[in-house]
Order: sequence, then structure tokens, then C-alpha cells
Amino acid sequence: MTLGPLLIGIYVFVLASFVGFEMITKVPPTLHTPLMSGANAISGITIVGAVAAATTAPPNVANILGAVAIVTATINVVGGFLVTDRMLRMFGKKKKK
Amino acid sequence: MSRELITSTVVPIIYLLSTVLFIFGIKRLSKVKTARQGNTLAAVGMLFAIVGALLELGTVDYRWIVGGMALGTVIGAAFAIRVQMTSMPEMVALFNGFGGIASALVATSVYWRLVVQEGVAATVYETLGTDEAITVMLSVLIGGITFTGSIIALMKLQGSLKKGQPILLPARHFITFGLLIAAIVFGTLAVMAGGPDSVMWVLLLAAVSLILGILLTIPIGGADMPVVVSLLNSYSGVAASMAGFVIGNPLLIIAGAMVGAAGLILTQIMCVAMNRSLLNVLVGGFGVADGAGGGGNDEYTNVTSCGPEEAAMVLEDAESVIIIPGYGLAVAQAQHAVRELADLLKSRGTKVTYGIHPVAGRMPGHMNVLLAEADVPYEELLEMDEINPEFKSTDVVIILGANDVVNPAATKDPASPIAGMPILNAHEARSVFVVKRSLSPGYAGIKNELFEYDNTMMVFGDAKKVLQGLIGEVKDL
Repeated sequence: MTLGPLLIGIYVFVLASFVGFEMITKVPPTLHTPLMSGANAISGITIVGAVAAATTAPPNVANILGAVAIVTATINVVGGFLVTDRMLRMFGKKKKK
Repeated sequence: MSRELITSTVVPIIYLLSTVLFIFGIKRLSKVKTARQGNTLAAVGMLFAIVGALLELGTVDYRWIVGGMALGTVIGAAFAIRVQMTSMPEMVALFNGFGGIASALVATSVYWRLVVQEGVAATVYETLGTDEAITVMLSVLIGGITFTGSIIALMKLQGSLKKGQPILLPARHFITFGLLIAAIVFGTLAVMAGGPDSVMWVLLLAAVSLILGILLTIPIGGADMPVVVSLLNSYSGVAASMAGFVIGNPLLIIAGAMVGAAGLILTQIMCVAMNRSLLNVLVGGFGVADGAGGGGNDEYTNVTSCGPEEAAMVLEDAESVIIIPGYGLAVAQAQHAVRELADLLKSRGTKVTYGIHPVAGRMPGHMNVLLAEADVPYEELLEMDEINPEFKSTDVVIILGANDVVNPAATKDPASPIAGMPILNAHEARSVFVVKRSLSPGYAGIKNELFEYDNTMMVFGDAKKVLQGLIGEVKDL
């Protein structure tokens, strides 16, 4: 059996979904918002695709779309991780006492 | 090192490391002790991913990339640092919208470069391959819905869109269904069309996706927004995963799928907390005055109110006090004042605990985050199941800007729109003080019969001002 790229992709997609389901079955309600926020930052992984879409200098539709994607994805990543850390910093502060 | 070795071995290994860091990151994010570390791990994973992506590109023109990242970093950091703790849910919605649109843009960019700019006459599926052509359309559809849906959710959370009330268009299910069919038709036509002819169909698909995002979100009431944001978070993961299929990158497929699945589970957990089915939430219209027990404009009778002085006198004799925070506490920024009052009461020998409803505030965990900011000890925050048996033996309950989560109608009136929703049984306590700005209904848009109970006293006013008044009065006792 040889798997084409699409099938390998589908295998990976299905298995990763199961990992996602299993990872998150038990979470204290306290952490629901930070977890949502952190997971949301990870969905900014699309930045990897965005950088590949803006690799030439002369402006054209494709690389402008790519550049806008870089900006929005970076906002998602940087803002997402920072906001999550801000929320969690408060819990961290509590434990030390 | 040769280019060949870098792209065939080094980059894939970096991507694998990144995946592993994401998995550890999410796992650790789900435990209080390790959560912050988990977030850092995930952020490091993202850094690895970006380094891998740049290595994979090799020598290219970096101007757009550097400029875009710099601009995105400044904007993202500015939002993240300046936002008030009360507005966290809105931030999550906003960032989520940006993530969704980024995935749609990546797919459109790939399509544009390979199909339109090359000017090939062959059909889109011949140029891109059928699977890639389909995933381009799916990225546009899901990314577009995520973007406008998140923006609407943000506006509803802020209350700037009809104060968060549902907006119900006539025949909305019919319209939504029609648009979904239109999206499938446009997407299919785009895939089948020859090169430049496909542009119109792709643009139509993008337009329909953006409208769908709006239409799917406006009928849902503000109370259900956390569920919607969580679901949209799941969508943005799926959109990233689809973009991964487009560019053939397993890291995007994996990370996107994990976020998609995790977001779905979290959505389900939130629905269970509110005793609603996901379908029920999505169909929308919750909180509109149509049920027998519904109607936001019901008149209140037999409401008694008092000022902080009277409340302080009752608190003087109380041996046990439970504080129930809600969104009003967040709005008034009263978390420090509430801790001060609690400290004062504790110094007088009163037992003080906090009852946290799973959906208090705008997001699960919203209250915990706020109270943690004010240094309220973690052990004093009790969840619904732990605190509910305590109310019967409690002297005083202070409800700070919470409404629907303490409405006894949920357990007593089967006709109530919130019937079956688990509540905090505040009404079982000896006396209940409800600190609230007015008798206006909460997010569910219904009357709260607790306010009419004989053991309930309303203390009207801003939560912070009332608490400061109470602190002053208790000090004078």
C-alpha cells in the first residue's frame, strides 16, 4: 500500500484530531478561558503558510494577500500567547503563597 | 549544510519538535500548576515553527515577511498589554478572527499565484490538483466565517450590537441554508472553471462566507457568546488545517486539527455547564420573550431594597458569608473591593467563601481570573457542586452583578426559557443581598424571581461603590 500526499494528510488530520480530543477531556473550569486563548494562539500556525506566500518584493495580488496574512497571523500568535500569559500570571502569583 | 539536507531533514525535524511542544503545551495548559509553563512551551513551539518556515524558504526577499511580522507583533502586543482583564473574552474573539482570516488569505494567495498570475487557461483543479483546489475553497469558506463571526461575537460581548440581544431575521434558517448551498455551488464552479474565469466564483465564495459568518452569529444571544467564541476557535483551527492541505505542510494540518478538536470539546463542556445542546445554542434566538415564563419586561412586585448601612448590620451578625460574583463585578472593576470586604469580614471571624458558577461572567473561568488578580486565595473559590450544599447553612449571600445563574426559575418553573440550567442555590441562604444597578434582566432576558423572595434585599448601585460603602459601614460597627 502506498499513500498519496492527500491520504497521508487525511491520516495525519484524523489522528491529530484524536490527540486534540484526548488532551482536553479533563480541565478545571478556571482554565477554560486561558486554554481557549492558548489554543487560539496555536491556530495562528497558519503564519507558516503566510510567510511562504510573500517571498517576492514587487507588489502583486498574491504577495500582498500573503503580507496581510502575515500581519493578521502574527497578531493572532503574539497577542494570543501574551494575553494567555497575562491571565495565567495571576494564578502563578497565587501558588507561591 | 546543503539546501537539500535542510529542506528534507532539518526542517521536518524542527516541525516535529514544534508539534511535540504544542502537545505538551496544551496538556500543561489544562492543569492549574503547569498552565503558565504550558503556554510558554506552546509559544516556543510557535517560534520553532517560524524558524523552520524561514529555513525552508531559503534565500528570498524578506521585506514583506519582516515588515508584516513587525507590524503584527506591534499590533498584537499593544492589544494584549493594554486590554483590561474584564475584556479578555473580547480579545480572544478578536485574535481568533485574525487567525481565521489569515488562513483564508494564505489559501487565496496560493490560488492567485498559481492560477491567476500564471495566467493558465487550464481549469483550477487541473492546475492545483483536485484536493488542493477543494481545500483552497474550504479555507476561504471556514476562514471567512470565522472572521466575521468572531467580529460579531466581539461586538455582542461588548454590548455594542443591540446590547447583545439576538437579532432575528425573518426566514433566517432558510436564508442561511440557501447561502450554504450557494457557497458549495460557487466553490464547485470555482474548482471547475478555467484559470482566470474562476476569479469571479472565488470572490463570490469569499463574499458568501463573510455574510454567513455574520448571519450565523447575530441570532445568538450574548449569554451564549462564550460557546460561540469557543466554536469559532475550533473553526479557525480547522481553517489552519485546510491551509495546511493547500500548502502541503503537515505541521499546519496537525496543529490546526488539534485546536479544532480541542475547541470542539471545550465548546461541549461549556454547553453542558449551561444545560443546553450545541444545536440549541446555534439555532439561536435564546432570550427572546416567547416562552410562558419568559418576557424581559415582566413587572416586579414585592421587591425590597436597602442601603449599605442596613446590609452591614446584617453582616455584623453573620457567621458565614458566600459571595457570588457575576459580570457586574467585572464591569465595575470591583475585584479588589470585594477582597477588601472579605478580608475585613474574616478579621471579624466570619467565614467567607466565593461561589463560582461555571458560566459566571462572559467566559468560564472569567471570575477566577478576575479574583485571582485581586489576590483572592484560590482555595476560597468554590465551584457550583461544592458550594450548593452549603447555602442552607449560610447566613448571608452577597450577589455581585450576577443574575441568571442564581434564578430559581431554572429549577422551579419548567416553562422558563432557562429551565434545567444548573444554578447556584443562593435563595436557600438565610438572607440574600443582590448588588445590582437596576432590576433589568440579565443575558437570558428574563425576570429573576429571586429578587421578589422575602429573604432577598436589593442593594442598588455600582458593585464597586456599594462594596466601598459596605466596607466603610462594617469598619464603623
